[in-house]
Amino acid sequence: MDTPAAAAHEAHAAHPRESFIRHYIFSLDHKTIGKQYYFVTLFMAIVGGSLAMLMRAHLASPERGILDPGTYLQAATMHGTVMIFFFLTTILTGAFGNVLIPLMIGAGDMAFPFLNMLSFWTFFPSVLILLASFFVPGGPAGNGWTSYAPLSAVPQASPGSGLGQTLWAVAILILMISSLFGSLNFLTTIINMRARGLSMGRLPLTIWGIFITAILALLSFPVLMAALTMLLFDRTAGTSFFIPSGLLVGGQIVPHNGGEALLWQHLFWFFGHPEVYILILGPMGIVSDVISTFSRKPIFGYTAMVLSLAAIGFLSFLVWGHHMFVSGMNPVLGATFTISTMIIAIPSAIKTFNWLTTLWQARIQFTTALLFAVGFVSLFVTGGLSGIFLAASPVDLYFHDTYFVVAHFHFVMAAAALFAIFAGTYYWFPKMFGRMMNEPLGKIHFVLTFLGIYGTFYPMHFLGTHGMSRRLYTPSTYPFLASVQPLDIFISGAAFVLGAAQLIFIFNFFSSMLRGPRAERNPWHANTLEWTADSPPPHGNWPEPPVVYRWPYDYSVPGAAEDYLPQTVPAAPAYASGHGGGEQ
Amino acid sequence: MPTKLLEKGTASGARGPGAGGRNRFGRGEGAVPSGQAPAARAHTAVMGLAFALAAIAMLFVAFTMTYLGHRQEGDWKPVPLPGILWLDTAILLASSAAVEWARRRLGSGDARGLRWGLTAAGTLGVAFLAGQLLAWRQLADQGVYLASHPHSSFFYLLTGTHGVHLLGGLIAVGAILPGAWRGAYSPARSTPVTLVAIYWHFLTGLWLYVFAILLWQ
Repeated sequence: MDTPAAAAHEAHAAHPRESFIRHYIFSLDHKTIGKQYYFVTLFMAIVGGSLAMLMRAHLASPERGILDPGTYLQAATMHGTVMIFFFLTTILTGAFGNVLIPLMIGAGDMAFPFLNMLSFWTFFPSVLILLASFFVPGGPAGNGWTSYAPLSAVPQASPGSGLGQTLWAVAILILMISSLFGSLNFLTTIINMRARGLSMGRLPLTIWGIFITAILALLSFPVLMAALTMLLFDRTAGTSFFIPSGLLVGGQIVPHNGGEALLWQHLFWFFGHPEVYILILGPMGIVSDVISTFSRKPIFGYTAMVLSLAAIGFLSFLVWGHHMFVSGMNPVLGATFTISTMIIAIPSAIKTFNWLTTLWQARIQFTTALLFAVGFVSLFVTGGLSGIFLAASPVDLYFHDTYFVVAHFHFVMAAAALFAIFAGTYYWFPKMFGRMMNEPLGKIHFVLTFLGIYGTFYPMHFLGTHGMSRRLYTPSTYPFLASVQPLDIFISGAAFVLGAAQLIFIFNFFSSMLRGPRAERNPWHANTLEWTADSPPPHGNWPEPPVVYRWPYDYSVPGAAEDYLPQTVPAAPAYASGHGGGEQ
Repeated sequence: MPTKLLEKGTASGARGPGAGGRNRFGRGEGAVPSGQAPAARAHTAVMGLAFALAAIAMLFVAFTMTYLGHRQEGDWKPVPLPGILWLDTAILLASSAAVEWARRRLGSGDARGLRWGLTAAGTLGVAFLAGQLLAWRQLADQGVYLASHPHSSFFYLLTGTHGVHLLGGLIAVGAILPGAWRGAYSPARSTPVTLVAIYWHFLTGLWLYVFAILLWQ
């Protein structure tokens, strides 16, 4: 307990006190930047979650008309946009990436600390622009998070196609720039700034996940930026990139010609599918580390884990067409996309079995972080199985745009990523804030969230097989859907439980941050480098950079005195680890 | 633009006893000895720039793939390209040669060569952008505007996006030019010049690609 304080004092003496603005606002310290990202994205999650609650309130009794039709579509659009772009993507890279990369590779900071600060301060205006779009005439964008052209390209096309849609495109364009700053910084840092002895083959899987994520972002975000640029030109400068000739809007022919609406879909999904994996590869890494730590066992199949991350990342660029099976594509092309999509099941299954074999016969410590990590595996499997249905183009023709798809992606991407974020938060909170979170509250949070997720999204499969379209405003007016109306009410109830459970988390998070018991350096007895720094680490992280002698998964090594061997413990002949991976 | 940012990033990394100053820039098992910061820092900066270039390349891949897809359409009307683009291409190639010459002169310790080479490159860069604007002018005089038809939209989009990136390169040249005239760079302190040169060559290559794809009807 006294060591961190002494070290902090030392670090304080080493470099002069920074002003409040340098320290908390325009900080160059990767941990402060990471926390800035965490707080802003947490706020955005509350915004996105509230929109979901509104939608569920409406769907529980559509006749009451809690939302009018246009507002309902805008709520759905902004729920997706906020959750995918401004919460999941950004918290995983901006918050976890920033806090963890230097700490887990033994570096004092990022390769380009200034660029890192710039990344946050580019992100922040994009948040403000998106939030401002709620208050402009006509309201925010309402054409889905995918904003398909020409609905999104012609301002008079729908209530949600006005100024709000322009601000949507501008906000995401700026967000992409911010993410690119982050990604190139992450890649350079991971390749170039690792501690002595930390070869690529000894990187924790969390860092591998973020590394592949950053490559995907670097290659896919510019494609969306190109599409957004063309969309903005179509909306404001009279061009016709995405607007076909002779398009009728409100009985009038739009004065555009020669565009191709389908090109938007190609560009969007060429970005969009890698984006989905940007949301899941980081979580896969986090979950691997949390499961290994609390199983007190080495991760099973480290090399297979790394290769399957890379394989999923690579395949993500070859499968975008499976979002477009109903766009009239050549069936041969459809079959190709079906096959490339099905192949993703192989690396995904490898990962799942490796998590299960890591847990197998382990002395598991049932911390909240572990529960959420195991919950991730469960959600990933559930969502992955429905993914196999949807990958088959003949099946997808029926399920396209139904609640079956909503169920699928909420399990495999949204809820799974959310669970990994919770696992990561409960796990690294002591390092981020120097205090422990409340475990009993965490477990209540887990149980309610787990039941809430399954209660909300599992029944949606049945709505989908009943043919309920995902954007229906009043399902109850369709006779063929009358029989599933009670299911919709049940789903709304479960969603409210899920939403309320998050209040427990928010309370736990902030009360622990202020009043939680002080954390020691290594409360979980984990091996990775961040646990050798103070909790929380000072600016610069270590007085002397750590030196690495082993891979991060030396748990329960026979003959060792403890059931963990941090990466900084020199290899002793008695229990020298055979694993190392060697140079990259 | 990225060049400048990266340069600042590294500069703040070298700020002394702060965050970056304590790093050893270790690359695996003792690849870079501790304390040998400048060479490792240059390596880091070049790598960061390379990733930025990969992102810019993907931006143009997306634009040009869309363009090629569009060209298959039935109502495609090609725009006659202004002849001045050939002159612009020659100017840009000359500016790239000037940057390269300046970089090599610096390598052999010739600060005067660096100074004049960079000045020439910057001037030629401005001339290129002026030439591109002239090309736009000529098209506009013929009544070919951004929104006229798909090919003209793509012509303005591609040349405009390239021009914006070149403007970023010019800002980077402008940022190191005062230092070059003051004699702030030497063979041991040449990273900013190297970064500018890499970015500049990349934009020249990018223009050749864009020009070829516009020419090929």
